[in-house]
Amino acid sequence: MAKVVLPDNFAVATQGVRELETRAECYRDLVFELKNRWPELAELLEQSAVAIDGQIYQDALLEPIDVDSEVFFMARIEGG
Amino acid sequence: MAEAIQNEQEFKQIGSRPVRPDGVDKVTGRAQFGADLILPNMIHGKVLRSPHAHAKIIKIDTTQALAIPGVHAVVTGADFPSVEGGEVGGEGGGSMGDVSKNVMARDKVLYHGHAVAAVAAASPNLANDALDAIHVEYEELEPILDVVRAMASDAPLVDEHNYTNLPEKPEHPSNIANIGKLARGNVEEGFERADVIIEREYRVPMAHQGYIEPHACVASIDETGRGSVWCCTQGHFEFRNATATILGKDIADLKFIASEIGGGFGGKTVVYLEPLAVLLSEKSGRPVKMQMSREEVFRATGPSSGTVTRVKVGLQNDGTITAASAWAAFEAGAFAGAPHMPGIMSIYAPYEIENFEVEAFDVLVNKPKVAAYRAPGAPQTMHAFECALDEAALALDMDPIDLRLVNAADEGTQAPYGPKFPPIGFKACLEVAKQHPNYTAPLPDGAGRGVAAGFWFNIGMQSSAEININENGTVMVIEGSPDIGGSRASMCLMAAETLGVDYEKVRAQVGDTESTGFCNVTGGSRTTFATGMAVTQACEDVISECKQRAAMTWGLDSEQVEWEDGHAVPGPGVNADVKPLSLADLAGSAAKTGGPIQGRASVNAQGAGASFSVNFADIAVDRETGKVDVLRYTAIQDAGKAIHPSYVEGQMQGGAAQGIGWALNEEYIFDERGVLENPGFLDYRIPVASDLPMIDTHIVEVPNPSHPYGVRGVGETPIVAPLATCANAVSRSLGQRMTNLPLSPPNILAELDD
Repeated sequence: MAKVVLPDNFAVATQGVRELETRAECYRDLVFELKNRWPELAELLEQSAVAIDGQIYQDALLEPIDVDSEVFFMARIEGG
Repeated sequence: MAEAIQNEQEFKQIGSRPVRPDGVDKVTGRAQFGADLILPNMIHGKVLRSPHAHAKIIKIDTTQALAIPGVHAVVTGADFPSVEGGEVGGEGGGSMGDVSKNVMARDKVLYHGHAVAAVAAASPNLANDALDAIHVEYEELEPILDVVRAMASDAPLVDEHNYTNLPEKPEHPSNIANIGKLARGNVEEGFERADVIIEREYRVPMAHQGYIEPHACVASIDETGRGSVWCCTQGHFEFRNATATILGKDIADLKFIASEIGGGFGGKTVVYLEPLAVLLSEKSGRPVKMQMSREEVFRATGPSSGTVTRVKVGLQNDGTITAASAWAAFEAGAFAGAPHMPGIMSIYAPYEIENFEVEAFDVLVNKPKVAAYRAPGAPQTMHAFECALDEAALALDMDPIDLRLVNAADEGTQAPYGPKFPPIGFKACLEVAKQHPNYTAPLPDGAGRGVAAGFWFNIGMQSSAEININENGTVMVIEGSPDIGGSRASMCLMAAETLGVDYEKVRAQVGDTESTGFCNVTGGSRTTFATGMAVTQACEDVISECKQRAAMTWGLDSEQVEWEDGHAVPGPGVNADVKPLSLADLAGSAAKTGGPIQGRASVNAQGAGASFSVNFADIAVDRETGKVDVLRYTAIQDAGKAIHPSYVEGQMQGGAAQGIGWALNEEYIFDERGVLENPGFLDYRIPVASDLPMIDTHIVEVPNPSHPYGVRGVGETPIVAPLATCANAVSRSLGQRMTNLPLSPPNILAELDD
């Protein structure tokens, strides 16, 4: 299963859970899964970027997640 | 995912150095900047600004101002609707409600220079008379100016309604708006394994982006509330959205046109004048021009955050970093939104560190609201860590580049902010630096040689592009990204390369908000990457259309036609006795094959590639006067692929010059009441040509596999390394660690006296 790592600021909404595994096959399905499990996470997910296998996405939706993928949520970066 | 073209020999246009399309107009004065537009019946807007850093507004009386003949309109906070929700993009953005209150104060002024009223009058002098005739009654409050003091529970509050953004709302308001943390491994255990530990506190001052062109705009709004705004901006689409949101308008009622821009560096991603000009134009029924003075630019537009950063780093005798911890306080200015998160995500980014932690705070103070400034947050935190590493190298008697090579991140390294790095060029930059003739050259007598690394994430985001093929086969590129650093030339080069035509056959134009699709700001080092991706895809759309037109002409299927070197040709094995058709041939016969040839693309570009740099400098210090002389400066950076190498070098040199200025002289100086004492270039000293040597550059090219031509983006990374590079060189020259910037003569003399 794919490994999902959540940032520090997600911890209260997830009751301290920082890592989990998922069978989701794309980012959209992972977000559904996380929102179902922790509804309070919805806003934080909207505000975050995500890295799937090293590739950073500011606005992901259908990006695929493989069984051995690593998924990291992180702060959005824009710059000047 | 696009496949990068990695072999330089394959390129005919990319990598060349043609003259930029806007160059002649800019050097002859023909180019139209924000303040250059004049419209019939135009009047002039001015802003009344707070003389206090922190005060309640008791009363504003505009009666006498409005009674002056020739004064057409006055606006105050009472003219603005309440704005709920909405986030402004970019570091230093914050909520749209806060942006509205920054554009015009409501019940309190929060910094010296905060706008309290605006007028429009027949002439600039009359507008100034009107400002003098506005009477504002204030109740002064104690300002809070020191970021560490502002974090205390008993500090005066900038905003009594600000509560630290925590999962559970705190009981009491605070000047701390947000807190960010990153951690991995076991820091305590890491420090126990260390042979050497360096622990210090570093300070970086609030500094301005220092663009030469002050903010300026013209708004012309008709009696229905619709109209146009011409402005100097890094993103006219986002300026339209912000202005419409602040004023409660429909974005479709406002057309924004980007003028040429005389520098932005992140500071022109935020609206200041545009909503005021729209309101004044609407009230007066006349076009209104507004432009800031230099003093207004300093007092009221976004500087970078001043910071205090505490770093502790432990290393083994071979240079391996065993643990690192850091704490950073970022000045947000009067409203929340300091770049504390990119600051902590950057601090350790060039290195593979098993055990680390970092915590940063976004803190309100009675100073101008910060805005993005090239790689926002990274120069401040990386200054601290890169200085600590330099001190560690001295303690371990190691070459500072060798120490960095021992710990350097590479492809597959888990970045401190989460994911594993794809191919990156940090080690390549270090290797180039180590062999560089400026590094192997002997050190001049009395000078110190400083080394530091830089990093920025780079971003993609949304861009649109259209390609129109003229009747003679010349190419018109229309994009929505304001050209700050030569991007039109880069777009033309990518279009020429993709279509297989000469650069001279391609023109590029920045479209207004009604003539091209949405584009995010020119910022985040995204334009050559993301808008370049849109231009490349739009060209591929043109090629697809051309192949269909050629197939139609030859009686073939479009799959039987290929595009080679700017011509449609029959594919391999296709038996057709035809002559290749050039873009000009196909454009000339377009009327017979379906009309004008166009291509378009819109992207939300993903896969931006991180860019790393290594800088080193030889710097001498006069111990009697404190004068610092930069004798030699070298900047090395991974650009992915340099589309137009001269403009990549220009970004590296410009970023180095700005970073050197921040390190050596630039700082906001406030008195104890929060009054800015140096709002001009005489007292706020940016480097001039005679202050700097030629900045030597070396472009490393490790292609970004996610871009069709390997582009990473180059605009932000160059400012990151110079702060620590200069501090390390000065420290080595003096034989004394200098932790607080700027390293100006009075500050150096004070440190030496201590």
